[in-house]
Amino acid sequence: MSKESAAAAAFAALQETAQQNWAGLREKPLILIGAATCGRAAGALNLLEEVKNELARLQLDANVLEVGCMGHCYAEPIMVIYNEGFPPICYGYVNEGVGARIVRDFLTEGDPGIEFALAALEPNDMFPTFADFPRGIHENKIVMEQCGFIDPTDINHYIATGGYGALVKSLAMTPEEIIDTVKSSGLRGRGGAGFPTGVKWETCHNAPGDTKYVICNADEGDPGAFMDRTILESNPHLMVEGLIIAARAVGAQKGYVYIRAEYPLAVQRVTLAVQQAREKGLLGDGILGSEFNFEIEIFQGSGAFVCGEETALIASMEGQPGLPRYRPPFPAVAGLWGKPTIINNVKTLSYVPHIVKNGADWFKKTGTEKNPGTAIFALAGKVVNTGLAEVPMSTTLNELIFDVGSGIAKGKQFKAVQIGGPSGGCLPESAMDTPIDFDSLTRAGAMMGSGGMVVLDEDDCMVEIARFFLDFTQKESCGKCTFCRLGTKHMLDILERITKGQGRPEDIDVLLELADKVKAGSLCSLGKTAPNPVLSTIKYFREEYEAHINEGRCPAKMCKDLTAYYILPEKCERSCDACVGSCPTEAIYDNEDRIKVINQEKCVKCDSCMVACPPQYKAVVKLSPPHLVEEKEKEYREGKKKWQKK
Amino acid sequence: MIISELSIILQWGDDMKLTEEEKRIAAETTRQILFQCNDSRGNLIPVLQRVQDKLGYVPPVAMEEVAAHFQVPPVDVYGVITFYNQFRLTPPGKRQVKICMGTACHMRGAHIIQDSWERRLNIKVGETTEDREYSLERVACVGCCTMAPVVVINEEVHGKITPTRVDGLIFSHQLDKKKEQQNTKEGDATSE
Repeated sequence: MSKESAAAAAFAALQETAQQNWAGLREKPLILIGAATCGRAAGALNLLEEVKNELARLQLDANVLEVGCMGHCYAEPIMVIYNEGFPPICYGYVNEGVGARIVRDFLTEGDPGIEFALAALEPNDMFPTFADFPRGIHENKIVMEQCGFIDPTDINHYIATGGYGALVKSLAMTPEEIIDTVKSSGLRGRGGAGFPTGVKWETCHNAPGDTKYVICNADEGDPGAFMDRTILESNPHLMVEGLIIAARAVGAQKGYVYIRAEYPLAVQRVTLAVQQAREKGLLGDGILGSEFNFEIEIFQGSGAFVCGEETALIASMEGQPGLPRYRPPFPAVAGLWGKPTIINNVKTLSYVPHIVKNGADWFKKTGTEKNPGTAIFALAGKVVNTGLAEVPMSTTLNELIFDVGSGIAKGKQFKAVQIGGPSGGCLPESAMDTPIDFDSLTRAGAMMGSGGMVVLDEDDCMVEIARFFLDFTQKESCGKCTFCRLGTKHMLDILERITKGQGRPEDIDVLLELADKVKAGSLCSLGKTAPNPVLSTIKYFREEYEAHINEGRCPAKMCKDLTAYYILPEKCERSCDACVGSCPTEAIYDNEDRIKVINQEKCVKCDSCMVACPPQYKAVVKLSPPHLVEEKEKEYREGKKKWQKK
Repeated sequence: MIISELSIILQWGDDMKLTEEEKRIAAETTRQILFQCNDSRGNLIPVLQRVQDKLGYVPPVAMEEVAAHFQVPPVDVYGVITFYNQFRLTPPGKRQVKICMGTACHMRGAHIIQDSWERRLNIKVGETTEDREYSLERVACVGCCTMAPVVVINEEVHGKITPTRVDGLIFSHQLDKKKEQQNTKEGDATSE
């Protein structure tokens, strides 16, 4: 028997146990509860406990699984029930009471509780599926296919759904064949820059030396991005398999997963996945009876944004402060401990098993010629359906935000979308027809980045968001390059002044000049892209900057120093005390007409009264510039005098 | 010699308010952790992470132990610790409040939440209350953007926080504490 067929035979045995285990689950009703970090924040663990209690109380026999996230984070906690005679149904916004009730009614009386259902998972004649909604039409799940449907802590589920098949296939291929497949698939690195993965692998493969390393970069530092976290928490084996195939292709014996320490659950899940793979003989010495040896170690990143940069990441693994260095030599030639190293993002590696299994041509069918495959975006901010969406490249921003994300929450007006985190930019409504791919987004002034997408509405101030991102990059600048260290500081000082209403007429020009210098004078992409949020907001929203500087007015009424809270006397219901009770500083009092008035000196602008004011009155408003409050109060007093004279 | 060197650089000592007992425990724990690993420089950050895991912070005594083990000057260890956001130099509160400052949280009012915590606890970000009950921190992003604004207390994630929810959380902590005290009192009574 040849080596390859020995591996295939060893894997067939694994597959058989896995499939038995998987089929056994469906013999009883099966309940899945989404318990990734997003679900847990919404109370998924309480739901899990309550469902288990309810099952025990009713003496019902059912399998309850804690799964990952399927991307519908807006409806957390999410529960899926597979019950004989019904299509699998997915429920959203399930609190403990509702969860217990659905389980009770569905499993004892056969009432599926349609009023709580989001959608069915298989086509049927009762209830629409996810594919019937606008979101489903655009979605095309490759990496996220199994997320939320398998238990991430059980390797059998992954194997039973076709996992590690690509590894077996790759063991029968030569490293050159694997690299050729990845190269001709046109896969581009999903970490942000979009460098062709196959080329990187080939460089590393051809580099001289016996000791080589592969590293999975899971240091997802972009504020507003959470795709890597979700994938690692929901289906960690996919990345592990990709990493093993990468190691086989470049000839590495050791791999690392560099995960942020801020993602404790992801760290736990990946550690467990690696351990299980080792137990099954899919990692370690002589993988599946072949001569290929490979080990994976977990390295926890310590919370430095700059460590997302390849060379800084390597420095931090070597026990140094994470300072990037000049390239070339590229890490693929001289990386960790000076040895050839490839560093790939979680998503990039997660595509690899699918490409090896289905072939390069299959992958090229989705997306565009230069940007094949799908894009995974984390939709957050003021959009209705926040969560993760995997759509083919070339889907437009419009489709993503208004079809997949269902538009803007609370009936507000769309203003801009921030793509790519601190390295990206804000695109306004006029750029909404831009197709999502690496090249088009860069041309429009944003950046693909790792895929964070924050939607902004009319209440968001563009100067403030530019300040926010610069504040972030300024703090995270490692300090190696003078322009990045001092240039961003100066830019931040100017922006802070502007948001405080102390802007000077020449500020915009100085910002543009500094941005140019910072871009030119920085070594790594942190500095090279740091001015992007400022540049794109000046390009598209210059009038907001001018309003701040010239009139001391914040058009979105967001900048604290430029706004004041005011209670409209004509709308205030005198007998209601909601705002008084909500105020943490006792700044609201009754005037002689028993109308509520805010003492501006005591007010800390915490927004509580605005939230507390009942929606039928909506008496609390924000005014910008703040001196409008005095004018309004004067107006009110004069109006009263006139009325009294009459 | 090394000790005086570091304390000059850091000018701590008085500032830290660490008791001798705390220093002793810190040094002891660090030594135990160091015992399990070799002196390859790649182990430096994992070791510091383990120290922080055990103690909740990395005090100067621990830095000196680590520096001696890896045969590097203590200032190198200090350099690494202060470069990364994860490491704390001062003891954390019993409840570590981390306010998420990601984009989504920021746009949904994380700064308002930060103000609320600061006002309620009467400390600034980066500080610990005098009774070491609470410490307040900002984190870049915990990846729960859909639940914005988010606050993490110890390991527990709380989503959709409002200023009144901050009051509620503090109140529930107080209740928990009271219950705990009562339980221990009852426990004492029965044991007597």
